[in-house]
Amino acid sequence: MDLMEYQAKELFARHGVPVTLGRVIEDPADAAAAAAELGGRVVVKAQVKTGGRGKAGGVKLAASPDEAVARAGEILGMEIKGHTVHRVLLAPAAEIAEEYYFSFLVDRANRSYLCIASTEGGVEIEEVAHTNPSAIAKVEIDPAVGVDEAKAAEIVAAAGFPAGAEDVVRRLWDVFVAEDATLVEVNPLVKLADGSLEALDGKVTLDDSAAYRHPDHAAFEDHASADPLEAAAHDKGLNYVKLDGSVGIIGNGAGLVMSTLDVVAYAGSQYGVKPANFLDIGGGASAEVMANGLGIILSDAQVRSVFVNVFGGITACDAVSNGIVQALELLGAAADKPLVVRLDGNNVAEGRKILAQANHPLVTVVDTMDGAAARAAELAAAAN
Amino acid sequence: MAIFLTEKSRVIIQGMTGAEGQKHTSRMLAAGTEIVGGVTPGKGGQSVDFAKRSIPVYGSCADAVAATGADVSVVFVPPRFTKGAVIEAVDAEIPLVVVITEGVPVHDTAAFFAHATAAGVRVIGPNCPGIISPGQANAGIIPADIAGPGRIGLVSKSGTLTYQMMYELRDFGFSTAIGIGGDPIIGTTHIDALQAFQDDPDTDAIVMIGEIGGDAEERAAAYIAAHVTKPVVGYVAGFTAPEGKTMGHAGAIVSGSSGTAAAKQEALESAGVRVGKTPTETAELLRSVLVAV
Repeated sequence: MDLMEYQAKELFARHGVPVTLGRVIEDPADAAAAAAELGGRVVVKAQVKTGGRGKAGGVKLAASPDEAVARAGEILGMEIKGHTVHRVLLAPAAEIAEEYYFSFLVDRANRSYLCIASTEGGVEIEEVAHTNPSAIAKVEIDPAVGVDEAKAAEIVAAAGFPAGAEDVVRRLWDVFVAEDATLVEVNPLVKLADGSLEALDGKVTLDDSAAYRHPDHAAFEDHASADPLEAAAHDKGLNYVKLDGSVGIIGNGAGLVMSTLDVVAYAGSQYGVKPANFLDIGGGASAEVMANGLGIILSDAQVRSVFVNVFGGITACDAVSNGIVQALELLGAAADKPLVVRLDGNNVAEGRKILAQANHPLVTVVDTMDGAAARAAELAAAAN
Repeated sequence: MAIFLTEKSRVIIQGMTGAEGQKHTSRMLAAGTEIVGGVTPGKGGQSVDFAKRSIPVYGSCADAVAATGADVSVVFVPPRFTKGAVIEAVDAEIPLVVVITEGVPVHDTAAFFAHATAAGVRVIGPNCPGIISPGQANAGIIPADIAGPGRIGLVSKSGTLTYQMMYELRDFGFSTAIGIGGDPIIGTTHIDALQAFQDDPDTDAIVMIGEIGGDAEERAAAYIAAHVTKPVVGYVAGFTAPEGKTMGHAGAIVSGSSGTAAAKQEALESAGVRVGKTPTETAELLRSVLVAV
């Protein structure tokens, strides 16, 4: 889960990282009081889970409470890279002396952690990497040791941060480890006019697999901007991602489902037909899971056909077929789009027999994955 | 021969007394795997009856190794106990630990991988289907009846795509098929498997399946160009995945412009690897290569 800036700063504050929390508002009318409380002169910042807010006009300075109302009114409701701004953060305008870049992240290549730090902050780090790569320090961190005093000193020296920055580095490390984050990024980390450091921004990604040991993280979930179909699927425990096409997809296993999307897009390119979603029903495709999955997909108004692509590994195809038949019974009249089913693997003959006997008018069985994708794309194109 | 797992492997199952552990132990036994014990803390001295054999349960990996000489452990314990289980297996000096468990926190994996690496232990997974050397042994959940022994080596981030590809090429068969998992941090990589297949006299050609996220496929492509002389064909899943969305596997995410399927395909093709548009087309490419060999 990605956090918004104000949420990241809340986490930072819990671990003693110097931040100014400011005020979060959803209604421009609340900006005047909030700005007055913060000293009048504030920065109004869009709270969305994407970068490039500044360039998109989502971060603006307001010299007075009245101006804060006007700026908040402009930013709330804006679209930034497909994300609607539902909240803005008002923060007091800081007296910045220098801007740095700092991050801890999971280093997939080395199967460890990496610290990236630079005295050239405030701009995207990719840009610095392009224009002045020598200004970026990369320090590998051994997961068995972590960031101790010596490692913090090494990072500060490599980055060229002012003496005394070790404390902030170790507190950010504490956020990274104690909160099970896979990314903690501060850009900019600023040196203020008085010489002290402050995290002026924050970007944190939390590890969903570690959610069980952080019940407090559930409060960070952003229900307001979630796609309604994704939210409904999430509530039913389904692994679903909404996409912008017309062929609904159900499959088992993340890799096979990703592959199914690609094969449908490939087969559908001649008609301009694309997959409507990612949905992995996992190993045990019970009738209930199948019904829940089909229910979500059929409630997507963009869907014109559905492709069920299952390879029976652990799951037996006869169980999947029974699941499809029962799901169609459960859904009744709500099932109103053609279904193309491809089954292979464990007990496939029995699985195909069950579908043949049920002889449901909406169901077509196709023997190969590529053939079935072509059929599903063709049906979606014909229904448009 | 085969890679990492052979008919001589002596396998223990951590979490054998749980429902999943028991179900898959039964399947692994049916595939001819030499399973010598299970490990469940507090249940040492018990045993579990399977169709043809009764398998003893030990209270710790150290006890299991002392009693059986086990050299492979397959881990089926729940996510919150996985780190402890792997560290225990490493400390018992088991040289190969296969972690099937899905949903292990990344910080836990980083910790047990660092511990294993320091001890010279190979980890496969987590969040993977395991490894099978058909006709010899099966350590994990790959169905043993999809394909028999043969001379193709397969390495894949995805479980069901492993099954699909084994099914497509079942008439040729496999020396070893290994699912390395789709988490951000995994023990054994594409490169490790490619290197082992290159050195394995019983492997003639290699299928490599990748997916979006990270740059493992790009690094594998560079490795192939420099070190692999056997024919390799590739497949990459996730061309239609949107930026910033996790596609099922925790590591399957395109971040900004990095980790895209297109970049991976391009890297593989420039290393001379032919990449199929669909799993079936990839199997056809391998077929043409094998006929040429």
